[in-house]
Amino acid sequence: MRYILKRLVVLVVTLFIISALSFIAFQLIPGDPVTKMLGVEATPERIAQLRELLGLDRSVMVRYFEWLSGFVTGDFGLSYSYSTPVSQLLGDKVITTSTLSAMAFALVVLISIPAGFLLARLSDIRSKGKGAAARRALATLAGAVNQIIMSIPPFFAGIILTYIFGLVLRLFTPGAFVSYSSGAGGFLLYLLFPALAIALPRSAMVVKLLRGSIQGELQGDYVRTAYSRGGSRFYVLIRHVARNAILPVVTFLAMTLADIVAGSIIIEQVFAIPGTGRLLLLSISNRDYPVVQAIVVFIASLVVVVNFLADLAYQYIDPRIRLG
Amino acid sequence: MRKLNKAAAVSLALALLLVMAAGCGKSELQAGKTSESPEGEPRREEIFIGIAQDIDDSLDPHLMTSAESRSVLFNVFEGLVKPTPDGKLAPAVAASYSVSETGDKFTFKLRSGVSFHNGDPVTTDDVVYSISRVAGLDTGTPLISAFSIVESVASPDDGTVVIVIGEANIEFLAYLTAAIIPKGYDSQETQPVGTGPYRYVSRSPQENIILERFDDYWGGATDIGRVTYRILDNAEALMMALRSGTLDFCAHLTATQMNELVGFDYNFVVGTMNLVQAVYLNNAVAPLDNETVRRALSHAIDRGEIMDVLSGGLGVPVGSSMYPAFTKYFSPELADYYAYDPELARQLLAEAGFAGGFELEIAVPSNHSPHIDTATVVVEQLREVGVTATIKLVEWGTWISDIYTGREFQATVVGVDASAMTARAMLERFESTNGRNFTNFSDAEYDEVFAAAIASTDDAEQVRLYKRLEAILTERAANLYIQDLCDVIAISKDVAGYEPYPMFILDISKLHFTD
Repeated sequence: MRYILKRLVVLVVTLFIISALSFIAFQLIPGDPVTKMLGVEATPERIAQLRELLGLDRSVMVRYFEWLSGFVTGDFGLSYSYSTPVSQLLGDKVITTSTLSAMAFALVVLISIPAGFLLARLSDIRSKGKGAAARRALATLAGAVNQIIMSIPPFFAGIILTYIFGLVLRLFTPGAFVSYSSGAGGFLLYLLFPALAIALPRSAMVVKLLRGSIQGELQGDYVRTAYSRGGSRFYVLIRHVARNAILPVVTFLAMTLADIVAGSIIIEQVFAIPGTGRLLLLSISNRDYPVVQAIVVFIASLVVVVNFLADLAYQYIDPRIRLG
Repeated sequence: MRKLNKAAAVSLALALLLVMAAGCGKSELQAGKTSESPEGEPRREEIFIGIAQDIDDSLDPHLMTSAESRSVLFNVFEGLVKPTPDGKLAPAVAASYSVSETGDKFTFKLRSGVSFHNGDPVTTDDVVYSISRVAGLDTGTPLISAFSIVESVASPDDGTVVIVIGEANIEFLAYLTAAIIPKGYDSQETQPVGTGPYRYVSRSPQENIILERFDDYWGGATDIGRVTYRILDNAEALMMALRSGTLDFCAHLTATQMNELVGFDYNFVVGTMNLVQAVYLNNAVAPLDNETVRRALSHAIDRGEIMDVLSGGLGVPVGSSMYPAFTKYFSPELADYYAYDPELARQLLAEAGFAGGFELEIAVPSNHSPHIDTATVVVEQLREVGVTATIKLVEWGTWISDIYTGREFQATVVGVDASAMTARAMLERFESTNGRNFTNFSDAEYDEVFAAAIASTDDAEQVRLYKRLEAILTERAANLYIQDLCDVIAISKDVAGYEPYPMFILDISKLHFTD
C-alpha cells in the first residue's frame, strides 16, 4: 500500500514537471498558433485581436497555471486548430493508440518467448546424439535471421508488410482505416499489421536476450543437480531455468512497452492511422498547445504506469525482490 | 507445471483471437466488394478522396485560411455568386446582380427557394448578416481583408441586397463568393451550415471529413451521394492507398507518383496547380535591393532544368506574378524575358560590384517538397555564377510569422496563388504600401499603374493595365519567377466529370459515376 502511494506521488510529480517543461519549450521555439490560424489573412490588428481572445497575450506562468487548474478539474481546454474540446478530440485517438500499443506488446510476448526458448534448446551445446549437428546449424541460421529482423527499422517493416498483406494478399486495405466505432473486427484487423511492424524488431531483440540468458543459466550448478536428479531436458528448462532466465527479459519488456508507444508515432504515419502520434506531430507544428499538453501528459502517464506494472511483475516472478 | 499450462492456454487463446479478428475482418471486406457488383445490388453512392493535408482549420467559412479547407468546403458553402470552371462568376444565392456605372454599388436580387442545410430558407437578413460579418461592420475588423472597403450593406426591399464600397472596384464582385450563412447560428466552427450542394456530416482529425448530398439544393440533387475525404499526409501511405484501390480521386500528385500508378485502375488528368512558384526576393535588403543583381540572378536560373528535375518537364513556365489559368491576363512571352545565360549573369554581377559573388540564404517551408527540390537545383545554378546560396528549412507557421508577416528573409521559394479569381488578388501585393507586400517591392510606376488599373471601370482597359503591371514586375526582376507547378489528378475509371477550376477547388457536384 505504501508502495502504491509512493508511486502515485512519483506519477503526479513527473506529470507536473513534464507538463511544465513542454509548456516552457513552446516559449523557446518560434511560431505562434495565431499566425497559423490566420495564415495569409494575418494583419497586425487581427493578430493582436485573436491573441487577446485566446488569452495568449498574458504571461507564461499565468497561462500555465490556468491550464493546470483546468486540467485537474478535467477541463483540457479547446483545440485552437479544430475549435473542439481536447477531451472529445483525443478520446478516439487514445483508444486507437492504446490498442495498437497493446497489440504490439502482445505480439512481442507471443512471438519472442516461445521463439527464444526454442532457439536456446536448439543451440544447446550439450545436446548429443542423432541430428545434434543439424540442430546446431539450424540454430545458427535462425540466429542470423533474427539478427536481420532486429535491424529492420519499423518504418521500413511497415512498408514491406503493407505491400505483402495489403497489396498482394489483400488481407487489409491500406489507407482505409476502420475506426473502432464502425467495426471492432475491422479495427483490430487493420491494427494487426502495424502492430506486427512495431513488434518484429523488438521481438528479435527479446529472442536474442532470452537465448543468451537461458544459455547462461544452463551453465549453473543447479541445472546439473536437476539433471542428476533425473529431470528430462524439457522439464529442467521449464521448471528450473525459465524462471531465472526470464527476469532480465521482463526488465527489457517493460522498457520495450514505453518504446512501443513512441514507435507507434512513426507507424501511424506509414499506415495512416489516426492516433495520438500523428495528432501530436501536427499539433506541435500548429502550436496547438492544449492538444500537445494533453498528449504529452497521456504518454508520460502511460510510461510511469508501465514501469509500475513491471515492478509488480518482478516481485511476482522473483519473491526475493521487495518493493518499498 | 500447472502454472505454465495456464500461460500456454492464455497465449493460445490470444493467438486464436487474433486469427479470428483477421478472419471476420476479411469476410467484411469481401462483403464490401460484392455490394459493388452490378447484379441487382444497390448502386454505389459513396466516393473516397485522398487529401495529403489535414483540415486542421476552423470550419467557419469566414475564418478558414488553408487552401485545402477552402477546396473541401467549396462544396458546402456558396456566396451570392460562385466561380465557374472557365474563370467567370455565376449567380448562386443571388439570382441576378448589377454593378453601378461608378463601380462602387452592387445590387443583388436573391434567388427564391434557396435553403440552408438546416432546412431554413435563406432570407435577406441572412445575406446582410453574412456580408456585414465578413466585412467586420460591427467589430471594425474585417475577417477577410479585401472586405475592408465595404461601407454599407442594406436591403431596400425583401429579396434585394445592396452593397456599397468606398472605391470604384468592379473586381470586388469576385470576393462576393464569400459564404452566406444563417443569421444567429453560432456553431459554424464545428458544425458548419451553408447552402451548397453538399452538407457537412463529420470530421475526425487526421482521419477523415465526410460530406453528404443536400437533397434540397436549389441547383438539383447531385449524383455522388456521400464523400469521404481520407487524410493521408504521409506520401508512402497515400501511394499505398492509391495502389490498394481504396481511393476514387486524388489531386496534387507528382509526375513521379503518376508513373508509379500506371497500370492501376485510374485515369489521369495532367494540369497545373494554379500558383506562381518563384524564388521570391526581399527587394529591401542588400544586395537584392540592387536591380542589376536581381537581373543577374534571373539570367542565372535555368527554368527548363528545374522543370525537368521536378516533373520531367511538365508544368508551365511563368515570367511574372500571373498563372496561365487566368487566360485573360496571362502573358506567356514574359517567361522568355530573361534567357538562361550564366556568362551574362556573371558580367552583370561584376557590373553591380559583386564580381566575387555573395552569400544568399533561401528559406523554404519544410512541408513542401517541390519547393525544397526547386531550391536545391537553384542553389547549384547560382553556384555557377559565383553566388553561394544555402537552404534554410522553416516550419510553415514560422514561415507565416517570420517571412510573410515579419519580412525577415533574403529569398524564399514558395508558390503564391490567388484567394479570389481576380488579377488584383495576384498583383496587389506588389503595390509599395500593401500589407501583403512581403517582398518589399517598391516602384513608382507600378504604384501609379496599379491605382489606374483598380479604378478602371472599363474591362479592356483594365486588362491592358494589369498586363503592364506584370511586365513591370518582369522588367524590374522583382523575383526569380519559375513556373506554375505540374499537378496530376488520379480519378478512378468509374468516376467521371472532373472539371478543373482556375483556383484550388474540387467541385464534387460535377462528378458522377460512369455506370
